[in-house]
Amino acid sequence: MTAETAPLVVAAPRPLSLPANWWRRAGYAALGAYTFYALSTLDITLDRIMRGLPQGAKFLSRMWPPNIEPQKMALMRDGMVESIEIAVLATFFGVLLSLPLGVLAARNLMPSVVSWCARGVIALLRSFNPIIVAILFVKAIGFGALAGVLALIVGSIGFVSKLFAEAIEEMNLKQVEAVRATGASFMSVLIMGVLPQVLARFAGFSAYQLDSNLRNSTMVGIVGGGGIGSALFTATQRFDYDFMLTILLTIIALIMISEVVSTQIRKLFQ
Amino acid sequence: MAIAIPALRIEKLSKTYVSGKPVLHDVSLDIDSRGITAIIGPSGTGKSTLIRCINRLVTPTSGRILFKGTDLTTLGGRALRDSRRRIGMVHQEYSLVERLTVMENLLTGRLGYVSAWRAWLRRFPPADIARAYEMLDAIGLGDFAHRRADQLSGGQRQRVGIARALMQQPELLLADEPTSSLDPKTSVEIIELMAKLAAERDIPVVINIHNVDLAKRFATRIIGMSKGTIVFDGPPTALEDKHLAEIYGGQSWIE
Repeated sequence: MTAETAPLVVAAPRPLSLPANWWRRAGYAALGAYTFYALSTLDITLDRIMRGLPQGAKFLSRMWPPNIEPQKMALMRDGMVESIEIAVLATFFGVLLSLPLGVLAARNLMPSVVSWCARGVIALLRSFNPIIVAILFVKAIGFGALAGVLALIVGSIGFVSKLFAEAIEEMNLKQVEAVRATGASFMSVLIMGVLPQVLARFAGFSAYQLDSNLRNSTMVGIVGGGGIGSALFTATQRFDYDFMLTILLTIIALIMISEVVSTQIRKLFQ
Repeated sequence: MAIAIPALRIEKLSKTYVSGKPVLHDVSLDIDSRGITAIIGPSGTGKSTLIRCINRLVTPTSGRILFKGTDLTTLGGRALRDSRRRIGMVHQEYSLVERLTVMENLLTGRLGYVSAWRAWLRRFPPADIARAYEMLDAIGLGDFAHRRADQLSGGQRQRVGIARALMQQPELLLADEPTSSLDPKTSVEIIELMAKLAAERDIPVVINIHNVDLAKRFATRIIGMSKGTIVFDGPPTALEDKHLAEIYGGQSWIE
């Protein structure tokens, strides 16, 4: 048997080195070459970096100590309060509008025509960075907090409704079917079958979005959307770098607090 | 008995998911208004599809299902929901809403009667809540009302599943492999409980079951299915090894 079959077996060569992946090597080489090309066209050279350093040092020295004059502090307080209001309002309305849109976009609850349309709307809302949306709203409806709130609502819907839809698509359908089998209406199925399964994740996404909106609300003011951003922008324009530092430190404090708060919110809904 | 109108009449029911390969093929069946009908047969033979056609979780391709004179196959919207609430179902693997409490799961059985708005506010009618407590006592879980469903054992969950179905005050109880994920002892207890509660309420039961011994022990009638058609229909005492061989195929597995 063995003697008969042996000649039929063609021994595969067994080289002691693995074959080189030339495509991968070419990819690395191309990436390296492009990096050098981009650096040279943008005039980013060691010389340019060295020229920048003294200015950076001067900038930092003019920042310190932070400006805590009462008049500046009042200006900052008003700006921060407005930023927080923008963030909370944008999160509230953003999440509220995301609930129906997320349900419509969930492919396991809706016919595919509906979910694809909803997904199209979400993709549209997601296509621009919040700062571009803020610029559009400032131009469309004028300066002020309203433009900022609307810009962040658009961003929130785009982000949160997509996550809502994904959470709904990952739920256990047998539980939903069991509720449907009792003769429950679609709304009742949502309330007693779908919502309990996804509520904790929804709360987590909303807390995360509040966190994200607080960050973004400090930025919309730069383009005229209200909040602390406008004070920050004015400070940079007037070379008030010490006041700028005060604002930056306050923003850091705010973000840290919001981190703690959003963690607590998520725990609450577990 | 002979003159009684059947609670459920299934006429030439077919369901085809992939064309040319019907899962159910011209199934006709009358279910009396009392007693336990057990459907046995190999996996993939259409037992589950048959049960799920009755409360229209699956829409049949052709045929009629007459439930107390109403054709269920043509219903939609409000009328379908009204018929569904008259048919209770015990599901495979419990299918409780895990993050709701036992009480909330029981009250889910009343959703066919209570508006979504009241369900949202959890403002169920006091009579429903009183009934839920009675059901909890009946299934021996009186102290578990405010436990979350995911804290219960498999047997406890399935008891809640039975109670949820009975909360509907159904006129027919369906059960789709209710013991498939339970140990043998718990399986017996669950079927026993279901038989007892249904008998007390005079509700006919149609149950899909893999365990032939359980079927013979509790059912008043056994339907054997194979390849989408009924191949045996009779009392448990009439079910012999030759029938089992026809239903499941082969001989060697029968002692």
